Amino acid sequence: MTDPIADNLAQQAAIDVDRDKGNFRYKEDYAYDAGVGLTPATIDYISKVKGEEEWVREYRHKAHKIFESMPMPTHWATKDLDAIRFEDIRYYLAKGQKPSRTWEEVPDDVKATFERLGIPESERKFLAGVEAQFDSEAAYSNMKADLEKLGVIFVGPTEGLRDHADIFRRWFGKVIPASDNKFAALNSAVFSGGSFIYVPKGVKVRQPLQAYFRINAENFGQFERTLIIADEGAEITYMEGCTAPKFETATLHSAVVELVALKGAKIQYITVQNWSNNVFNLVTKRGLAEEDAEVRWIDCNIGSRLTMKYPGVILRGKRARGEVLSIALASDGQHQDTGAKMIHAADDTTSNIISKSISVGKGRSTYRGQVHIPRTLRNCRNNTECDALLINANSRTDTYPAITVRGQRNSVQHEASVSKVSAEQIFYMMQRGLSEGEAMSLAVNGFINDLVKEFPMEYSVELKRLIELEMEGSVG
Amino acid sequence: MATAPAPSLPALLTPTIDASAPDWLAEIRRQGLCDAERLPMPKLGDEAWRFSDTRSLSLATFAPAPAPTDAVVDQLIAQATTLVGEVAGLAVFIDGHCVLKPNLAPALLAQGLVFVTLEDAVRHHPALLQAHLLRQPAALGGDRFLALHKAWLKAGTVVHVPKGVKVVQPLVTVHWASADGAALFPHSLVVAEAGSEVTVADFFLGSDPAGHCLNVSAADVYAGPDASVHRLAVQDWGSRAQSFQMDTTTGDRNARITSVNAALGSKRARLENVVRIEGPGSHVRLYGIGVSNHEQEFDQRTLQIHQAGSATSDLLFKNALMGKSRTIFSGLIKVAPDAQKTDAYQTNRNLLLSPEAEANSLPGLEIEANDVKCSHGATTGQIDPAELFYLRARGIPLEAAQELLAFGFLEEIVGKVEHAGLAQVLRERLQKKFLD
Repeated sequence: MTDPIADNLAQQAAIDVDRDKGNFRYKEDYAYDAGVGLTPATIDYISKVKGEEEWVREYRHKAHKIFESMPMPTHWATKDLDAIRFEDIRYYLAKGQKPSRTWEEVPDDVKATFERLGIPESERKFLAGVEAQFDSEAAYSNMKADLEKLGVIFVGPTEGLRDHADIFRRWFGKVIPASDNKFAALNSAVFSGGSFIYVPKGVKVRQPLQAYFRINAENFGQFERTLIIADEGAEITYMEGCTAPKFETATLHSAVVELVALKGAKIQYITVQNWSNNVFNLVTKRGLAEEDAEVRWIDCNIGSRLTMKYPGVILRGKRARGEVLSIALASDGQHQDTGAKMIHAADDTTSNIISKSISVGKGRSTYRGQVHIPRTLRNCRNNTECDALLINANSRTDTYPAITVRGQRNSVQHEASVSKVSAEQIFYMMQRGLSEGEAMSLAVNGFINDLVKEFPMEYSVELKRLIELEMEGSVG
Repeated sequence: MATAPAPSLPALLTPTIDASAPDWLAEIRRQGLCDAERLPMPKLGDEAWRFSDTRSLSLATFAPAPAPTDAVVDQLIAQATTLVGEVAGLAVFIDGHCVLKPNLAPALLAQGLVFVTLEDAVRHHPALLQAHLLRQPAALGGDRFLALHKAWLKAGTVVHVPKGVKVVQPLVTVHWASADGAALFPHSLVVAEAGSEVTVADFFLGSDPAGHCLNVSAADVYAGPDASVHRLAVQDWGSRAQSFQMDTTTGDRNARITSVNAALGSKRARLENVVRIEGPGSHVRLYGIGVSNHEQEFDQRTLQIHQAGSATSDLLFKNALMGKSRTIFSGLIKVAPDAQKTDAYQTNRNLLLSPEAEANSLPGLEIEANDVKCSHGATTGQIDPAELFYLRARGIPLEAAQELLAFGFLEEIVGKVEHAGLAQVLRERLQKKFLD
């Protein structure tokens, strides 16, 4: 029997260590720095540095006003949100000014995790924040040439809105308006970095795209903005993040991702989130699916202190299809508040949500879902399954779905279950020579196996290793 | 028909002083009034009222009604008596005025069974009331309504079943709403001591099918160790009524509780039922049935709190929706950190019989123990075309076939009513509603 108070203190200390080491050094040079806090001047500064057009600057200012006017959503969300100190945050770091840190300053546990995951040496430094960029020029330039041949546009938001306004302006902020929620408003005010992608009619991009490969861009920014448009019949897979722990400098991440799948198009968006334990990760993601189009979100959340993310699909055209597959792993000191939204807005649309969460130690995982079928519609279907696995006696899980159904011949089914790894299973495996930790990680990997299979191969291999790593200390 | 005096909200916030009330009761009423004035009305954006039509919430047109005329009394007592058939005791209220006190058989009185009006209980069983009366907080958003209920606390019945006493026939209370615009605040308290067994039923009925009344009721059920309590509550007010039921159910060690709530009447009816499992081994079954039509809104909110481990709770709410009606089912299972070996289930099934009807489901789980079996499920759909085809192929008209299938869908819950006579009463009321 462990002492709960000592336990708690140890946990607190573990989190605090992370936070302290997250302190990066910045050059104090006004030319590259908007300083801390958010004022209209910060926005003017960002807009000027980026050389944006007037309408973008106005859009940012409008969003800033909305951000200031909206209350924190703590009437339904966790009170932990109140711990965010907006006035202490650096909202923009200009190009060229990068936080610096030496490899020696990277915490040992992060280094150990890299080792275990088999991350290549060159990537480790980048992931640990020692090098600002991962050098992948050779791989990328081949890919870039291929994409250009196909007519695919793959740029950052600044270039996208400046050089391809005819394509991107039409959809920018349309799937997720600035007023959608407080954090979408914040992103709309200060966004920088991210990917703007356009795939022309009928083009099927075989290789998954990653922001990772785009050089000289502000990747993995705090306020990333992504807009992907797949024109009629186009297909694309986009991957975001990586399984390795990303040791982060900033404590607030608030991205907005908009997907537009026009008639018959398919977009698959894969995320693996593994921010360090001091990060608030508050993300708005939504896709629009026109007639016969398909939007799939594959989402895996392992890191961060608090993640709030509910990828959604607006099924706007007949026979459109939406899917969210979600894995969340909440360890000590973490709250994974994830879920999905399916807004049916046309006949014969179908949606599917499968969510699996694992709570370890004092970790808390939450599923929030919304399924909406209005009364004018016919033949819409939704299937939702959420399964939660609780590893320790003090782990916690919550499920809060909201389902509204009207109309004719629509049907909706929702099922959720909560379980633990049975003692018999563990006993069986230990009898065959596995340690308790190995047995537990095998059981947990079995629990999420169906979903892990949906990830690209290298991701699923790393995911499995990561689960093993997390499970080792969870038993005994 | 008698008409209530000029209605206004202040009327509900200025209850007449009852000088004869003992201090502890006066204090409950005073506190209720104070809270009712202080607390705001639920509004759009309140999480506990999500999907509810909060805009039309108004208490302004209701006021307590004067005592009914003799003719009304005779007619409604007769109707209540024929409604329920053979019972162990029957109490009848009209617009909050007691018109028939329960009359128990001497054998039951000799065993110490108490089934009296709240007013009589205040006089003869103050200790029982001080221990149990309105001891449970409103946990599902109805705080202001519960406060109002306290401020106007007067009508209602109290059941006390002594240790080991088993009552076979049901104890029935019928609350009639008769006067136009009447405000009613019926209370029901059931305390079943260790090893006892009892069946209680509360009927909330409108004398006029198109009646207009406000109901703010509360019921608290306590089942002691090894006690069995079965409760049926049927809400069938007139079609313009506003009804708010704030119920709590508390189960001790090895208690067995079955609760069936039926919603048929009212323009808007909200049911809040908080179940607290405080003893290991208890088994609580919660059932709900709703048949809505026209523009009715049924708002069902439940909370299953597993404070003690090794207990089971099982919830099933079924709604059949017609017309432009709406239902909201919001259920939450909470398992406390130490409540290991809990089995808790929650299912909501909605049958849409009209394209204009709207079913909302909010099935929730909050689990803080890991050795549990918890699940919830929610489905919303239409009648299976294959089943419909089968009946129509045998010459049954479309409407009758739909009605039969909907009735079959609801029968699962009617069958859970432990007392056959009460189940039959419920069945008849459901049938009447479908013909409506």
